[in-house]
Amino acid sequence: MRSYSHRSRYLALGTCALLVTGLTAACGGSSGKSSGSSAPILIGTSLSLTGDFSTDGQAFERGYKLWESDVNAAGGINGRKVKLIILNDNSSPTQVDTNYTDLITVKHVNLTFGPFSSLLTAPAAVVAHRYGFAFIEGAGGSPLVFSEKLPNVFDVALPVANELDPFVNWVKSLSAGQKPATAAYPMANDPFATPQVQLAQSELQSAGVSTVYSKIFPEETPDYLPNADLVAAKKPQAVILGSTNVPTVASFMHGFQQQHFNPKVFIAAAGPDQGQAFVSAVGGAGNANGMMVPNAWYPGYPNATSQKMVQEYVSKYGGSASGVNADVAEAYSVGEVTAQAVKATGGTVGSKIIAYLHSGVTLSSVEGPVTFNSLGENLKAAAFIFQWQNGKFVQVLPLGAQGSVPIIYPKPNWGG
Amino acid sequence: MGSQIAQAIAAGILGGGVYALMAAGLTLVFGVLDIINVAQGILVVLGAYLSYVLSVHLHIDLLLGLLITVPAMFVIGVVIYWLFIRPLRGAERTSMTLLACFAVALIIEGVLYREFGSNYVSLKASYISSSVHVLGFYLPDIYLIGFALAVVAIGALYLVLYRTTFGRTIRATMQNQTAARLIGIDVNRVAALTFGIGTAVTAIGGMVYGAISGGFTPNSGYDLISRLLAIVILAGMGSIGGALVAAVFMTTAEALVDIWQPDWSVAVFYLALVIILTIRPTGLFGRRAARAQ
Repeated sequence: MRSYSHRSRYLALGTCALLVTGLTAACGGSSGKSSGSSAPILIGTSLSLTGDFSTDGQAFERGYKLWESDVNAAGGINGRKVKLIILNDNSSPTQVDTNYTDLITVKHVNLTFGPFSSLLTAPAAVVAHRYGFAFIEGAGGSPLVFSEKLPNVFDVALPVANELDPFVNWVKSLSAGQKPATAAYPMANDPFATPQVQLAQSELQSAGVSTVYSKIFPEETPDYLPNADLVAAKKPQAVILGSTNVPTVASFMHGFQQQHFNPKVFIAAAGPDQGQAFVSAVGGAGNANGMMVPNAWYPGYPNATSQKMVQEYVSKYGGSASGVNADVAEAYSVGEVTAQAVKATGGTVGSKIIAYLHSGVTLSSVEGPVTFNSLGENLKAAAFIFQWQNGKFVQVLPLGAQGSVPIIYPKPNWGG
Repeated sequence: MGSQIAQAIAAGILGGGVYALMAAGLTLVFGVLDIINVAQGILVVLGAYLSYVLSVHLHIDLLLGLLITVPAMFVIGVVIYWLFIRPLRGAERTSMTLLACFAVALIIEGVLYREFGSNYVSLKASYISSSVHVLGFYLPDIYLIGFALAVVAIGALYLVLYRTTFGRTIRATMQNQTAARLIGIDVNRVAALTFGIGTAVTAIGGMVYGAISGGFTPNSGYDLISRLLAIVILAGMGSIGGALVAAVFMTTAEALVDIWQPDWSVAVFYLALVIILTIRPTGLFGRRAARAQ
């Protein structure tokens, strides 16, 4: 009996030791590997390779892979090659949770990169936080992501709510005769689209632009005709559309054309930045003329590493420089910032990387300088407004900024 | 406000025609074969891609292209039936057909991803963004065309079902497959042709969907299938004319709610669906009534 009791105690102690070892290995995924090891640094990410966000998810995949091949061609980080493990989340917030848990606890990755969209970044960041991983991402700039105040989240891109700032500032700068008197704010129910349009509405109202329509519609509506009709009926001089993709903008544009309504200014949160896919969907360059969209990066961005990345992208994936999506730059920037943090901290320890990124250090990326505030927002991110002008996608705001050309205002009539 | 309501009702009625086109095949296939074809959403998208290929690569007008896409989709429907549905037998057949249709959806989606990638593509024609001015309202040409096509397609289906010998064999199969076999009807042939017809009608719905959606990807079918199923359930499974009425009801209800609270529009429709099914479990034009016509 006594020996049995001893055996039980040893068994219990042994089990506890195993559990502790196991937990340490799991929780310390980012710290368990020796920085001096020559084994590759495993980086796990979950991307929307299918589903609603697949267009952006696949662009992100290309951006991550381009960075992986570049960094390995340059000898890796601290002498270690990097190896990406990419899982498909099918654009599902539930699946993204499962994927990051799998990456950390089963595949034992050293580092994690963020997924696409705020909707997926928010749950993914919680998983990474649970296991002590720094969570550097490029497409989760919505207040939804930062509202949790997780210390491990770092978004290299422009905070979503501020995307329309240059546009708002420009409208405010217009004289009373030029300034649109009325505005409509139709918004998709999405954490990317809604915050920036609501902030723009609040600021434009304060600047004397009266709101004639402000509604949130379901994000996955196959038919936007009734919503477009309602906006057109109000005849606003400015339309600020909280869109998430090309079909939403194209549907509103078709709806406005059908109602013979053409606003003085029309800006959409997303869609017009999708190059030829947008021009084709709206019926040609004539209809695209004057359409505006905010973004933090464009293929002609005057930054040496950005130009190099664009050239490499074209030679690796084909197409032309103008077809390189901003998603690619966001993904590439995540890799760049991560590499600098790993080099500076001498390893992949999550707590050290988090402390380093919160230290106020300024890092570089293809999207420009990166400095994080206490929430993990990039304080140095640039904000631009782009416009389609006679078949070309050009930077128009901020006024006087390097690369900005004169804005077309008021917007030409459809087909013009 | 009055004009907004009138405009919303007009938009709802016209939009209903488009959904009826997409749902007609689904309800026909269920009525005859007792199959809930969950691949209907991807078949709509496939129809849109076929129109896209003809339009972009062969410069064939979308409406003219239907002369090719409708027969092509008929053949695809017959092939799907013979390869995936016909071999299923036994007590578990109904649940197995659900899985088979899901497999068909995944296969078609995979092929479309492989051929066209994940980028949005869109259909182009002058009538997509034009409209006519009627009684003070601008009515979009593409929706008017879609509604007219829905009436023609559903009318044609009605004539086939109720005015032809083949239609009688279909209805006999709908009512009782065993009895149909006993009187010499080749049930497998009828079933294959019915699946083909249902898929062929979906080609028209696919073209109109592609034209009004502003862009689509191989993944777009998932946004459609729940709505299409809701329409055929509201109509009464198997009722083709009922699909048009249910679709118009759904889109009009949504358009009206859009005036005040667009983010509630979908919820209001499903709420109405639950209420109607509580009062009338067989739907507006229930299955029993549909088969007895």
